[in-house]
Amino acid sequence: MHLKGKRLKKLISSPMALFALSSTSALAENLVENSAQAERWQMNLKPGVTELGQEIYDIHMLVFWICCVAAVFVFGYMFYAMFAYRKSKGHEPANFHEHAVAEISWTIIPAIILLGMAWPASMTMIKVYDTTESDLDILVTGYQWKWKYEYILEHGENVAFFSNLTTPSQQIHGEEAKNNNYLLEVDNPMYLPVNKKARFLITANDVIHAWWVPALSVKKDAIPGFINEISAKPFKTGTYRGQCAELCGKDHGFMPIVVKVVEQDEFDSWLSEKQTQAAELAELMQQEMSMDELLAQGEKTYAGKCAACHGSNGEGGVGAVIKGSKVATGALSWHLDVVVNGVAGTMMQAFGAQLNAIELAAVITYQRNAFGNNMGDKVQPIDVHNFKQGGK
Amino acid sequence: MSHGPAKGLSRWFLATNHKDIGTLYLWFSFSMFLLGGSFAMIIRAELFQPGLQLIEPNFFNQMTTMHGLIMVFGAIMPAFVGLANYMIPLMIGAPDMALPRMNNFSFWLLPIAFAILASTLFMDGGAPNFGWTFYAPLSTTYAPPSVTYFIFGIHIMGLSSIMGSINIIATIMNLRAPGMTLMKMPLFVWTWLITAFLLVAVMPVLAGAVTMMLMDIHFGTSFFSAAGGGDPVLFQHIFWFFGHPEVYIIILPAFGVVSEIIPTFSRKPLFGYASMVYATAAIAFLSFIVWAHHMFTVGMPLVGELYFMWATMLIAIPTAAKVFNWITTMFKGSITFETPMLFSIAFVFLFTIGGFTGLMLAIAPADMQYHDTYFVVAHFHYTMVAGAIFSMSAAIYYWLPKWTGRMYNESMGKVHFWISFLGFNLTFFPQHFIGLAGMPRRIPDYALQFADFNMISSIGAFIYGASQLLFLYNVIATIKYGEKTTVKKTWEGANGLEWTQPSPLPYHTFTTPPEFK
Repeated sequence: MHLKGKRLKKLISSPMALFALSSTSALAENLVENSAQAERWQMNLKPGVTELGQEIYDIHMLVFWICCVAAVFVFGYMFYAMFAYRKSKGHEPANFHEHAVAEISWTIIPAIILLGMAWPASMTMIKVYDTTESDLDILVTGYQWKWKYEYILEHGENVAFFSNLTTPSQQIHGEEAKNNNYLLEVDNPMYLPVNKKARFLITANDVIHAWWVPALSVKKDAIPGFINEISAKPFKTGTYRGQCAELCGKDHGFMPIVVKVVEQDEFDSWLSEKQTQAAELAELMQQEMSMDELLAQGEKTYAGKCAACHGSNGEGGVGAVIKGSKVATGALSWHLDVVVNGVAGTMMQAFGAQLNAIELAAVITYQRNAFGNNMGDKVQPIDVHNFKQGGK
Repeated sequence: MSHGPAKGLSRWFLATNHKDIGTLYLWFSFSMFLLGGSFAMIIRAELFQPGLQLIEPNFFNQMTTMHGLIMVFGAIMPAFVGLANYMIPLMIGAPDMALPRMNNFSFWLLPIAFAILASTLFMDGGAPNFGWTFYAPLSTTYAPPSVTYFIFGIHIMGLSSIMGSINIIATIMNLRAPGMTLMKMPLFVWTWLITAFLLVAVMPVLAGAVTMMLMDIHFGTSFFSAAGGGDPVLFQHIFWFFGHPEVYIIILPAFGVVSEIIPTFSRKPLFGYASMVYATAAIAFLSFIVWAHHMFTVGMPLVGELYFMWATMLIAIPTAAKVFNWITTMFKGSITFETPMLFSIAFVFLFTIGGFTGLMLAIAPADMQYHDTYFVVAHFHYTMVAGAIFSMSAAIYYWLPKWTGRMYNESMGKVHFWISFLGFNLTFFPQHFIGLAGMPRRIPDYALQFADFNMISSIGAFIYGASQLLFLYNVIATIKYGEKTTVKKTWEGANGLEWTQPSPLPYHTFTTPPEFK
């Protein structure tokens, strides 16, 4: 009851919030705490946490207010005409239909006002396009339906990882209460050091996506085969959330972006931890895995990557049937090829770049030895590695 | 020439009479409007609250795609072509369209095209699900198999549009009553003449785009695939070179309708006729050189961004001139507020709001934040619905008594107007807010902070949708039971040749050319 009353009050006062937001009023002060996050009843852009973002916000507000003033004039004129010259008031119609001065002035005055908007907008646009002298380069690749971030480091020890939605399907389907960051949470967020200019090199692996983080004032299309550039220099630490902004298929609404802006030392330790993990993985790859290990890992990977399309028991769905299928019970090299390279012209993606060699080995082994498939053969990480090296 | 219409279905299948063909177009477009509208209802029902309740994401994408395609190509465009068929010969004092048999063909292609398009909903893999803008490679390599039918459908409706436009150009250029010079034509005729040229110019571009898709999908070319040396962005350039003139193809006839109705109910001649004509031509010209403002985030060179921003902002000038002309037409008039006038005033009001948001979207650095959010959705529904659809409602109420010789129910018309006005604004005004707050368009599920405005928006959509059923009822009731009226001039302040003819209109009008001073 309390909540309902509060909501109603907020609803009534919300048109006022727009005006309050745009000035530095008491309300704006309350928002400082979380100034870059979208919140309930939000009605306007937020300035974000980059200087450029604040400049863009100012231009947005400038144009908004000019439109408001113009609207007052135009609609004031219209409503005046409507009320003052009603027939019911007995008004006789005039018969004029031209007025050169009026017609010329309402062509020239808008033109001058437009110039006043276009000039600052152009100056800002030039700054948006300045991606030089970056402190950090990150390759952002859009996949159906997840993001891959690759930190391009000077000594070649690049750090790369995928960032997937973690909102459980039970929350999406209404079987569980939705948490605060519903649809805006990922397993591996992007980390950025504060007060450093990050340059994002944006591309895609399959269809066009768009990488958008409102708080960083960054939105750029991710286009397969091309690399776009945009940069941001956040001045405030925090967690900033965004989403894919270009329709990219079924799960377009389910590939969020989370960026954590942290102090430089925290960033450094995060980065070195990622590097250590990568080294450990490389070592693991050299090891021989037992059938049980492979099946345990494979079951996990299958549930995460395959089950959505192929069904949790390999019974098929959007994707092909695996239970007793020709691929899963056929030649090993064929199976490797399908999983690593995908099948052109179908929904079957190439998982070679998305999963590491251990996961690939495990999931293929699992597919060949589960759901009643009983091939009894194993794939080792090194086999996958060799296939990728020598494979087509 | 006293013979009446043919009996039975052959009247419609073999129709060559411009009034019959106009009627066919109008009913066809209304049925498409209801179909596209029902898709919108499904979309809004799913978005009523966060979470996936009713439909799966893939079907949601099919709904947004089909809603856009059907509303643009099936509802709005044929509605205005129907109006052109019905009214242009009457307005210029011609006995019929210049090419009546081609007229029949261009109409009957449409039901075929849309039957093909709608049938994709029942196909394996589902209907097109890549948005009405069908960006490659989502619409090529990653498309469902039904995309081929979609391409075929687009080709057929493009043929229909091109033939319809040629017919309109030929009619206006050749069949005007003696004395009706170009600069004496009613403004609706002018806007359609310019629209027809736009159509003839850009429909082949669209046909080219879908043909290149067809080649990429089935014949191994790589126009839109970087892997084969092509470029996905090329698709967007071609699409929007068609797409931007397309939105003016939709709105210019609406300008024409409103320019007829506002003078009638203000009892005062249209203000600035000549500047209206020049402004329409200017808008049409500009529409060809601003297309990439739909692509500010695509990674164009800086100079490209700046050029398209400046060129786009120029459109505000002729558009503002039109708005001022409409208002000045009302100024010092003697105004009454019948249903057509209410819809026309709402058109001026709401379309201008759409114009303001259009100006905001033209500002490239700010557009990088608005792009592909609900702010854009709100913007173009202010121009498409409150623009095109409202003006279409106005036109139906305005000319229906002339067509049928029966008066519609004025109170019901006004109720329809006010419910539409309320429902429309309730639906689309909050979408400005959720867009600015950061909600992307074309998503079936959304983060919790967008929930409140989405719920309001859905409620508004249901109200707006329901009000159209009232409209349908009012029109049918008028045709069947409406109060008979034989007054030639239904509206006291009306001017123009169509009002010199009897009500209801006889099957043939202007068999001899009228005198026009």
